[in-house]
Amino acid sequence: MSVTTHDDTHAHDHHDHGPAKGFMRWVTTTNHKDIGTLYLITGLIMFFVGGAMALVIRAELFEPGLQYVDPHFFNQMTTLHALIMVFGAVMPAFAGLANWMIPMMIGAPDMALPRMNNWSFWLLPFSFVMLASTLFMDGGAAAAGWTLYPPLVLQTGHALPFTVFTVHLLGMSSIMAAINIIVTVFNMRAPGMTMMKLPLFVWTWVITAFLLIAVMPVFAGAVTMLLTDKFFGTSFFNAAGGGDPVLYQHLFWFFGHPEVYILILPSFGIISSIIPTFSRKPLFGYSSMVYATASIGLLSFIVWAHHQYTVGMPLAGELYFTYATMLIAVPTGVKVFNWLATMWKGAMTFETPMLYAIAFVVLFTMGGFTGLMMSISPADLQYHDTYFIVAHFHYVLVPGAVFALFAATYYWLPKWTGHMYDERLGKLHFWLTTISVNICFFPQHFVGLAGMPRRIPDYAVQFAEFNAMSSVGAFVFGFSQLIFAYVIYKAIQGGEKASSEVWEGAEAHGLEWHLPSPPPYHSWTEAPAQALISDLH
Amino acid sequence: MKKTLQLLAGFWLVLWGVANAETGSGTGVGWGALNLPAGVTPDSHDIHDLHMTILWICVGIGILVYGILVYSLIHHRKSKGVVPATFHENTKLEIVWTIIPFLILIAMAIPATKVMIKVYDTSASDMTIKVTGYQWKWRYEYLTEGEGKGIDFFSSLDAKSNEARQLGSKIDPATVEHYLLNVDKPLVIPANKKIRILLTAADVLHAWWVPEFGWKKDAIPGFITDGWIKVETPGVYRGQCAELCGRDHGFMPIVVIVKTEDEYKQWVAAEKAKQDAGKADASKPLSLDELVAKGKEVYASNCAACHGLEGEGVPSVFPAIKGSKVALGPLADHVKLVLHGKAAMPAFKEHLSDVEAAAVVTYQRNGFGNNKGDSIQPADIQAYK
Ligand code: HEM
Ligand SMILES: [Cu+2]
Ligand SMILES: [Cu+2]
Repeated sequence: MSVTTHDDTHAHDHHDHGPAKGFMRWVTTTNHKDIGTLYLITGLIMFFVGGAMALVIRAELFEPGLQYVDPHFFNQMTTLHALIMVFGAVMPAFAGLANWMIPMMIGAPDMALPRMNNWSFWLLPFSFVMLASTLFMDGGAAAAGWTLYPPLVLQTGHALPFTVFTVHLLGMSSIMAAINIIVTVFNMRAPGMTMMKLPLFVWTWVITAFLLIAVMPVFAGAVTMLLTDKFFGTSFFNAAGGGDPVLYQHLFWFFGHPEVYILILPSFGIISSIIPTFSRKPLFGYSSMVYATASIGLLSFIVWAHHQYTVGMPLAGELYFTYATMLIAVPTGVKVFNWLATMWKGAMTFETPMLYAIAFVVLFTMGGFTGLMMSISPADLQYHDTYFIVAHFHYVLVPGAVFALFAATYYWLPKWTGHMYDERLGKLHFWLTTISVNICFFPQHFVGLAGMPRRIPDYAVQFAEFNAMSSVGAFVFGFSQLIFAYVIYKAIQGGEKASSEVWEGAEAHGLEWHLPSPPPYHSWTEAPAQALISDLH
Repeated sequence: MKKTLQLLAGFWLVLWGVANAETGSGTGVGWGALNLPAGVTPDSHDIHDLHMTILWICVGIGILVYGILVYSLIHHRKSKGVVPATFHENTKLEIVWTIIPFLILIAMAIPATKVMIKVYDTSASDMTIKVTGYQWKWRYEYLTEGEGKGIDFFSSLDAKSNEARQLGSKIDPATVEHYLLNVDKPLVIPANKKIRILLTAADVLHAWWVPEFGWKKDAIPGFITDGWIKVETPGVYRGQCAELCGRDHGFMPIVVIVKTEDEYKQWVAAEKAKQDAGKADASKPLSLDELVAKGKEVYASNCAACHGLEGEGVPSVFPAIKGSKVALGPLADHVKLVLHGKAAMPAFKEHLSDVEAAAVVTYQRNGFGNNKGDSIQPADIQAYK
């Protein structure tokens, strides 16, 4: 991905420098594409690490009885799997896409704060090494679930302070990335690129960035209180000292609910870019998409306790959170309807990015349905903490967020590398992934409703068939991802040259398609011509 | 594309199957256990109805959304030579698909509110039972005068399941009756009485959940939460802890036996008689063999989770009993440790009767090849409490 050549149309004789050479290029880089690449590769590596842990979990759950791991280790796996997938795979991958695409999309040469950009990335590898090292500490890694609820989490051995510090570092990294994105979008748009002309990917990331800045400090604060409870004699979450364990849950979910939208809003942006391109039609309801995203962002701050319907809140609280949560389904529905209307009477083709985008619409909606069901608090007294919840959030996160990342990778890979990826392998990856993800997660709805709690290493025999099915799906899913890694590797190595437009008619859908493939090291050293911007859909 | 269609059709068939599946029993076996049980309490019926309503609403919206999508995928493709339309806005449409879902939600919110109000109404109950979650067992205390007041016991995973669930036990779970859903001593309640359940926990969060009763609720150390049940049909109902509570979270089931009023009275009388006998027992001396035999049972349901069935412990987490300094050291220190606990080791002075405490200590000193040879009598336990 190292490109030093000038693009003809933007070449000027002012001095332009390419990247430094060798390993130090990556350590010292302040270039948005280099940093984007680092983020994306980190995300992919952590996706495999977190995935390996998922396979440990699914292997143990393949049949009743304990076959491979001790229950305590099992709990460490569920905890680390979730933390790694959320903070290690999905969030860095989105940050990588933001870094790569936002300057290209808004007509800027780079991100506004390049040095901070470097720092925000380089915090990550150290945090993840530290988190992984907790597995080898006395007492093992944190085993209280990714929600780190006290008092259980206070039983963690030496790993607790390291886990908390990891959260602090990841939070700092995310906040810096968020600040960078906001400053870039507000200050570095090319002349004529008004806010209401921004591609939805940029809009959704701006809103995501505000969510990040608002909630990461709350999470950091909550885990710090865990630390002081454990080591400095405070009693924030300890009833014996006048505290309340449920206070932690309120703090956690005040972060946690917006966090799940942090994981999905950029996906909405990606899907809103891809569907118009392959439908050969402008996005339907651009402004309603912007408003829907903003209202989802705002609503996400006032629904947190729908994760706590069973903690014994007062009735009024219970009802308030029910109504507020149900309300989120409205803007979410608007998004889905707009995507359908975009496809309607288009001239669709089904390259891999589009296949993933369509699967996203179908399967994310499935997660939306279960979300709507769980928002009904009396019914959630049954669903809560069962496999039904596990099915819900995996539908929104895997065929949701992760499919959006796959779609984005296939969509922009030719732009990044200058080579077309292998379409046959891409389609194979798509079908294997889509079929296996459903074999894995669909049966979990059933076992959940039939009474299987989540976070257990062993289960009653009536759940055996569906669990076996789920495990088979998980293994096929896991190994199919090797194809994905190979497709990327192959496209980086070479392949059919990609044009600057890459996809038929893409030029009308974003400024990035006006740069050559691969684009120059500094994206838009000169503002794009007004005509380019006014011709965008 | 045909594949997509097949996939979609598959989904809806399955969903259809769920909706029509026999919903009477949540303990169905194999492929039959697909849906929420309709339950045996008024709340559970209401909640099941809400669940089915919202499920059908989702199915309806799903058919519409996926139908439109599939139609579009078939007809609006470039390979059919379609010229793409250029429309990209329609305010009326946007308003329609904002308002209609909103109205559907209001229609759902009304029954949901009604049910929630009922679920929260724990007033005018006939009796109260306090449930306390421990790592990893439940304690049941009957609080109502005339309805078993004073009955107080622990309930943990039954010995058969416990043996089978050990890593590498080589016992096929399918051969164990009610694997992981059976306890040594179930909760017993009368049918058709409004029973208020008070929940709390001794160590970490737990959640008490019997699906057939319709709800679960968290048990929070230092706080009391509550709920109520009024079971219509006598029978045996099974559930599990639903809030992650550490290593053996998956192994602390709940079993509730619901008896008719008369049978319940008999059970209460029998429990009372046993309690009295227990008090007498405590003053009766037991032989070493009797203590060891009884201690083995007590050990299996109280200690084995951490210290291992063979007293082997878990290296660097839970100490072994086999060859342990405490079990082979002074008797007094051993008894004190068991009764009062230390760090992660819970205090057992309330869990165990004097007989049980004496038995388990004696077993630990003489089992696993420890062969210390000494023993303690139930009557001597009081002195250490
Ligand atoms: C229509 C929109 C949605 C609604 C109404 C909704 C509702 C809910 C509710 C009520 C719960 C709590 C269930 C319980 O624990 O009992 C929940 C859990 C969860 N949701 Fe959603 N949800 C929606 C969309 C999403 C999206 C878009 C994501 C992320 C991409 C998401 C991720 C999660 C996660 C991760 C959990 C479980 C967290 C945990 O307990 O570990 N949801 N959702
Ligand atoms: Cu939420
Ligand atoms: Cu538990």
